[in-house]
Amino acid sequence: MKAIVCMKQVPDTESRITINPEKTGVEQGDFSYIIGPYDEYAIEAALQLKEAAGEGEVVLLSVGDPSIKSTLQKGMAMGADRSVLIEVDSYNGDALTTARLLAAQLKTMEYDIIFFGKQAPDDNNAQVGPMVGQLLGLPTVTAIAALEVQEGKAVVEREVEGGREVYEVTLPALLTTEKGLNEPRYPSLKGIMQAKRKPVDLVSGEVAAATTEQLTWSYPPSRAEGKIVGEGTAAVPELVRLLKEEAKVL
Amino acid sequence: MSSILIYLESHDGKLKSNAAEVATAGRKLATAQQKELVAVVIGEVATDELGNWGISRAIRLSGGNLADYSGDVWAAELAQLVSDQQADTVLMMASSQGRDLSPRLGALTGVTVIADVISLENQDGTTVGLRPVFANKAQVLVRPTGELAIFTLRPKAFTPEVVEAVATTVESRSAAALDALAIVRELAVAAGAKIDLTEADVIVSGGRGMGGSEKYDILEQLAEKLGGVVGASRAAVDAGWRPHSDQVGQTGKTVAPTLYIACGISGAIQHLAGMSSSRFIVAINKDPEAPIFKVADYGIVGNLFEVVPALNSAI
Ligand SMILES: Cc1cc2nc3c(=O)[nH]c(=O)nc-3n(C[C@H](O)[C@H](O)[C@H](O)COP(=O)(O)OP(=O)(O)OC[C@H]3O[C@@H](n4cnc5c(N)ncnc54)[C@H](O)[C@@H]3O)c2cc1C
Ligand SMILES: Nc1ncnc2c1ncn2[C@@H]1O[C@H](COP(=O)(O)O)[C@@H](O)[C@H]1O
Repeated sequence: MKAIVCMKQVPDTESRITINPEKTGVEQGDFSYIIGPYDEYAIEAALQLKEAAGEGEVVLLSVGDPSIKSTLQKGMAMGADRSVLIEVDSYNGDALTTARLLAAQLKTMEYDIIFFGKQAPDDNNAQVGPMVGQLLGLPTVTAIAALEVQEGKAVVEREVEGGREVYEVTLPALLTTEKGLNEPRYPSLKGIMQAKRKPVDLVSGEVAAATTEQLTWSYPPSRAEGKIVGEGTAAVPELVRLLKEEAKVL
Repeated sequence: MSSILIYLESHDGKLKSNAAEVATAGRKLATAQQKELVAVVIGEVATDELGNWGISRAIRLSGGNLADYSGDVWAAELAQLVSDQQADTVLMMASSQGRDLSPRLGALTGVTVIADVISLENQDGTTVGLRPVFANKAQVLVRPTGELAIFTLRPKAFTPEVVEAVATTVESRSAAALDALAIVRELAVAAGAKIDLTEADVIVSGGRGMGGSEKYDILEQLAEKLGGVVGASRAAVDAGWRPHSDQVGQTGKTVAPTLYIACGISGAIQHLAGMSSSRFIVAINKDPEAPIFKVADYGIVGNLFEVVPALNSAI
């Protein structure tokens, strides 16, 4: 079982976001970086398939600058065998640009299955996976919450409003992962040591012009300072009154 | 003349309630930019509501391989319409379906989707969208640079408006029989078929303070009284008290109900990421220092096992 996981390095979800004085982006300086939380489900799914098959390979693939190496190592510490880093400069993270870079590289690689996270928490795009699927002409299912692979086929489920859609696709296929699919493992000490010796191959990519342009960044309007209505059950009548008269929601 | 194409989701032959949100946004843009508005539905969908939203022209696509949802086939059909209709703008919901369909359409038409916008603005004939990023900690205004722009709208961010009814001409088109690479084989409807969190007007959420799955009864009761549904924090989901689909927050759902009641939830940044744009927030927590009180319009400091039942009897 050969699985490729496309993985994005993102700022830790606890990070404070500071918009730069020009309002053209955020200050990068003080972030600590992690594997995208949805990408961890993708890595775990790939590792489980390889383990179940008893043979194969899990390869991590990422677009970015060389600083991503340390985040790729975290994925390899979980158990991935090696990484490929598509190095680019002057790259603004445009989803279609990323998808084209990944698709071009994937065409040169061997795989039975490609995993993506459902969404990167920084850009909130949820696009790169299905775009790559379309570019490569692969059966693609997004935001999967259940997966079963047998004899060249995958049966997957994705959550939709009010239910679950079930798909059966033939491999090779591309899947993007949702929370609930599995519990990502923590790297073991041995895994962390081994990861240092696992290869990260650098390849270069051509960046095409982006089709969207970011104008200005801002902070969302802050909520008005809340008020404490009171303590315990004694505060309930006043809360009900406020909900009725002020908020008009009852 | 270029046109604005709005794709309206449906289920079981009926438009989804979110169709009104896309329709309203589309009508406003079309008016501001003096473009033709074209609504698209897929399948045998009843279209009698469209006139109330000011939609005078609709295309109903059916046949081919469109009976069951297939992202690749549906996107290919929409891409065809985008070119036939000379659309320069496409709007759809950032729902599960819209988020599956739109990037495929983007790849086919060569544009990045301006995803999950909370507002749209007309700047001299070009539409720009405001999108939350970094888990709602920042937002950025994005403009398309080419001939075509695809936007997905964050559920509940656009308020539907009924206008003076117009007559709608509905044109039926049959689709080519494209082979699906992936097609829905079965749609398992959730037990009780409750409203989805992203579509609910009232959400009563419980966190670690609930202490166990059986304790959610009182929240279910409150939700039912208010016509809402129950949500959860990640701590409650990870403890196995609630299903993953109930999770609100950064790795769960982004919700914006009229009323969000947080019970026994501390208000971690990742939870706030998913619910801080709710219209009214009520927090019930025994710790007066809990960060949830910073975003709550109304807070009660106290034991939820006393306060919630009291609230249940008061309303
Ligand atoms: C990458 C990442 C993604 C995450 N994504 C999410 C996400 O999507 N959604 C999410 O919710 N979290 C998410 N988290 C987790 C988040 O950081 C918090 O751990 C989580 O939200 C805490 O849940 P909680 O508020 O229920 O629990 P706690 O923080 O433990 O708070 C429980 C609260 O209940 C109160 N309480 C206890 N008993 C009572 C009582 N009887 N009456 C009244 N109050 C009581 C306590 O005072 C306390 O404030 C994520 C974390 C990471 C690292
Ligand atoms: N720069 C990147 N390198 C590799 N994979 C990426 C990159 N950006 C996004 N992805 C993948 O695409 C998924 C969705 O990202 P996005 O469309 O940006 O929300 C992520 O979870 C990753 O799996």
